[in-house]
Amino acid sequence: MRQGPAGRASAPLRGVLTDERARGLLFQLAVVLVLAGLVAVIVANTIANLQRAGLASGFGFLTDPAFFDINQRLISYSSTSTFGRALAVGLLNTVLVSAMGIAAATVVGFLAGILRLSPNWLVSRLVGVYVEVTRNVPLLLQIIFWWTVLTALPKVRESLSIGGSVFLNNRGVRLPAPLLEAGFAWVAAALLVGIAAAVAVSIWARRRRDRSGRTFPVGWAGLALVAGLPLLVYWIAGAPVGWDMPERTRFNFRGGLNVTPELVALWFALSLYTGAFIAEIVRAGILSVGKGQIEAALALGLRPGQTMRLIVIPQALRVVIPPLTSQYLNLTKNSSLAIAIGYQDLVSIGGTILNQSGQALEVVGIWMAVYLSLSLLTSLFMNWYNRHIALVER
Amino acid sequence: MLNSSPIIRENQRENQQMRRVLPVLAALAVSAAALGTGQAAMLDDVKKSGVLKCGINTGLAGFAFTDDKGSWAGFDVAYCRALAAAVLGDPDKVKYVNLTGKNRFPALASGEIDILSRNTTWTFSRDVDLGFTFVGVIYYDGQGFIGRKALGVESAKELDGASVCIQTGTTTELNLADFFRVNKIQYEPVPIETNSEARVAYLAGRCDVYTTDTSGLAATRSTFKDADAHMVFPEIISKEPLGPLVRQGDDQWADIARWTLNALINAEEYGVTQANVDEMAKGTNNPEINRMLGSEGSLGAMLGLDKGWAIAAIKAGGNYGEIFDRFLGPATSIGLQRGLNALYRDGGILYAPPMR
Repeated sequence: MRQGPAGRASAPLRGVLTDERARGLLFQLAVVLVLAGLVAVIVANTIANLQRAGLASGFGFLTDPAFFDINQRLISYSSTSTFGRALAVGLLNTVLVSAMGIAAATVVGFLAGILRLSPNWLVSRLVGVYVEVTRNVPLLLQIIFWWTVLTALPKVRESLSIGGSVFLNNRGVRLPAPLLEAGFAWVAAALLVGIAAAVAVSIWARRRRDRSGRTFPVGWAGLALVAGLPLLVYWIAGAPVGWDMPERTRFNFRGGLNVTPELVALWFALSLYTGAFIAEIVRAGILSVGKGQIEAALALGLRPGQTMRLIVIPQALRVVIPPLTSQYLNLTKNSSLAIAIGYQDLVSIGGTILNQSGQALEVVGIWMAVYLSLSLLTSLFMNWYNRHIALVER
Repeated sequence: MLNSSPIIRENQRENQQMRRVLPVLAALAVSAAALGTGQAAMLDDVKKSGVLKCGINTGLAGFAFTDDKGSWAGFDVAYCRALAAAVLGDPDKVKYVNLTGKNRFPALASGEIDILSRNTTWTFSRDVDLGFTFVGVIYYDGQGFIGRKALGVESAKELDGASVCIQTGTTTELNLADFFRVNKIQYEPVPIETNSEARVAYLAGRCDVYTTDTSGLAATRSTFKDADAHMVFPEIISKEPLGPLVRQGDDQWADIARWTLNALINAEEYGVTQANVDEMAKGTNNPEINRMLGSEGSLGAMLGLDKGWAIAAIKAGGNYGEIFDRFLGPATSIGLQRGLNALYRDGGILYAPPMR
């Protein structure tokens, strides 16, 4: 550090060669440039040859009409939409099942991880059985298992009905779908305000506790703000939500929201499978917190629940988050097994497009780029969260 | 000066690394360059390897299934065997590669298989855009629907709101979307990867009807325990000429595949059968037969094959009619009539060009 700038200032060229750091950089740069050049030559060569063989002709096909249908669409799509839009539908289906899976796996995993350490023999053993069974059976089999179970539900004509508005059969669950009316914007706004207020209250409560030691029921206040405020506005605005009720037709139900057995089977399998791994991570995290910490907390008069929430979990999280991140990434990637039961995710729809358009390399490229992006986004978020909760060392 | 020796050492180290890396990169570049030209002379490649790599279905009764001895048999398989016999002289020299509707084209394009004989519909874009050559039509088919008789449906146009099981990546998927769009009715597609999975989903009641080529429907229905409770609807919603296909760019190989198929069809027309082909090969008073079986002219040599190529092909499993009857015909559990697939003189549209 000290000799570097001085050396460069007096004799630039000799400085670069004699300064160990600058020299290292120079050579590394040279190697990178040569490698990049070679890679560029190979890529250009390969592309040229693939095009000559008619195997890769670019991404123009994405604007061609797809001419096939998709059963689960989060955005509007018909058989005359483009291949690109079909891929977007598939991507959203992947994101949907991944997000649902991550949420459920986290809840299942944390509960199971904590319960496995329960002093209650029966509870800890039952959770142990769950963890060992789901962790050790291939995920693909579990997905097919759940699909088989769900398609063994009553047939459409013998649907189980809950209150005449929810129907359960082997083609999924039919729920009334909410139809948002004009006044609903106020409810949404109230929800946002409620969340912001809840965050503000929790910050205020923490500061007050740090100052005076007095606690405040943050949980109840938060619930009132996040749930109560929108409900109040909903009532004042005159219930601005209509319901699209499922109606029985000759073959199926029409209207409402259909949750297909494919989505549910995939969601169950992914959540339970990944949940078992998360349970072990959480258990390891809790066990990594020194026994003395817990004893000290109890000695100070904290209740067991408080000890868990205020002393054990925050310290355990630091151990838990990094491996948890890779479980989230695994879950997202594992969702591509959807194809086994015909859930139309990115891989399933991409495969159809690949076959209908013949653009194999392009589609495979899109697959890889999308999964890489999803993984990097998840990692970025989790790394941010990890830094946020990391031990602040003084 | 003290500093210079590490530089040199570092330089040398990097040079050595480059020397190790360069051949690998060069090899990669060469192999990439070779991709474009590896297509010609399939015949030589097949002869050299001594085995024909034939892409077939993952399992479809009548067309490609494992028989009681555990070896592959069926209508599509019989064509592979005939081609192997014509090229290599032995119908057993086939390596079967089971392919789904989705991975069949990449398998053919990449050279994993030499020929695809997997009830594949001949379409414009597959022939032109995907870079394949269809060598003929082995089965004239059309898309239909199968459903339970208990549904009380007479026609596919009554299927408004139904759930339809469909094999993804097939022309049937596209025809289905067209059919419902044109008739302005709704449906829920239930996408399935293979015929056997579709069978499971259909029987479980996940869908009301299953749609694929009518030959496939008949084949699948024949495997149901309660086959009589299911019916194939009268509508045929598409033309599905099924045929074998090869990679584009090797005309000789395409010719061999095409004329092996034509020989099987012509053999039926001229009355050449598995049983009498050896007798006929000694010479007949029909010059067309004599040319085909090699006792006159040199058709085999024109293809780059032996004189007895067609004899071997016919001996492998008989002529077209014999193959049809054995695997699909009324005497089988599938019980398909010849229909369009009868010879032109019998009211069908099977008409192979002359062996001349």
